[in-house]
Amino acid sequence: MSELGRLTAHQDYDGPVTGMSEATLRGENLHLWRGERHVLRGVSFTVTSGECLQLTGPNGAGKTSLLRTVCGMSYPEGGRIRWRDRDVNEDLPAFHAEMAYLGHEPPLKGELTGRENLHYWVGVRRRFGQPELGRALERVGAQRWADRPVRTLSAGQKRRIALAGLLLMAVPLWLLDEPTTNLDVEGQRLVGTLIDEHLAAGGLAMAAVHHPLAVSEQGLRRLELGIG
Amino acid sequence: MAEINILQAGMPSAASERASAPSAVAVARLMLERDLRLAFRKASQLVQPLAFFAMVTTLFPLAITPELTRLRHIASGVLWAAALLSSLLALEFLFRDDAQDGTLEQYALSGRALTGLLSAKTAAHWLLTGLPLALMAPVAAVALGVPGRALPGILASVTLGTVTLSLLGAVGAALTLGVRRAGALLSLLTLPLAIPVLIFGAHATQLAIRGEPYGAPLTLLAALAVFGMTLAPLAAAAAVRINLE
Repeated sequence: MSELGRLTAHQDYDGPVTGMSEATLRGENLHLWRGERHVLRGVSFTVTSGECLQLTGPNGAGKTSLLRTVCGMSYPEGGRIRWRDRDVNEDLPAFHAEMAYLGHEPPLKGELTGRENLHYWVGVRRRFGQPELGRALERVGAQRWADRPVRTLSAGQKRRIALAGLLLMAVPLWLLDEPTTNLDVEGQRLVGTLIDEHLAAGGLAMAAVHHPLAVSEQGLRRLELGIG
Repeated sequence: MAEINILQAGMPSAASERASAPSAVAVARLMLERDLRLAFRKASQLVQPLAFFAMVTTLFPLAITPELTRLRHIASGVLWAAALLSSLLALEFLFRDDAQDGTLEQYALSGRALTGLLSAKTAAHWLLTGLPLALMAPVAAVALGVPGRALPGILASVTLGTVTLSLLGAVGAALTLGVRRAGALLSLLTLPLAIPVLIFGAHATQLAIRGEPYGAPLTLLAALAVFGMTLAPLAAAAAVRINLE
């Protein structure tokens, strides 16, 4: 695991660690078409370690499309994405191993418990023990319902389980689509705090939001997408 | 795993990342365990293809004749047509649920080889549908008046045949992921490709019932299975990637 990854694995991070490498995610002049619609029209952005790029814009402005393009799920008609100064398409699996994407819906199986879900979801990426799993659940306040089948949980409870998954992945780059959806006020603050801690540990984040994130101004960058 | 390490050698950060990553075998085992666990929590989906197989094979004696000597002649055809159709029945759910709840997407973005993950899923699918069918086929065969000496041949041929059917089905299921109510399209896509399995499988069963050596068609069935194992996961992974876009 990279230095960055190891740092973000622990919330009780204190003090700088030597040998930490800076990482930069760059989008260069991205163009994306969806059928007849020109969704992304020359979008460019740069996010560096310790920064969170907040994507805003009206519905249909292409926030989700941009995130999906960044993570390699949509192929842009023009432009490219660079991670650590290399085109991500050169080695997509290596890029994927360093990023986490959380979409609109928490990617959980209703028949499995929260704990099982995290075991099978994050378990293919990295090894972790029950104590670490427990800590991640505790951090997002989900330990009380982590042993119930996910289908019995509320949307906000599922979201918190998904956030625990995000922490467990211990990757430097977070791509979040509406991370505060369905969360109560305290949960929305939690997302802000988690992102702040992630940035402090040298991580990067890109989040599509409708309501401004509760993150500290330092390191926050904004990208407003418009309907072309 | 060796390949991955070589590929990663040029990138120190990614290479050390792999250090804590589970091995390809561990990932496959995790995936297999997950799918088996999920299947047993939704047992109705498991029983459905088996019940279908049992129903079809018992309808023939009722509809044609209860005479065992005559049933014996059509037994191989009945067994294989029923096995083929009931394995199709289970295919639709192979990737569908995972695609809908977004878990498949997460696996595609995990940085792990999708071919390996889908192979494990297909293996789980075979264990849950193909293997029970293979175990049930000899029982159904006895009910159709097939002599006991033919049963090992039937077991072997249905086992090998269902492996290929699961693999073909994985490609079909992956290709039709983006289609709503894909059942009919999936059958249309998979059935023609499954015809060689039907021919060699029924032939092997026929020879086994007559008490003749059935090694040749069985070998061909095995060859088809190996062919499928080599290529089907690659095709399925490519199709899944396209459909997740």
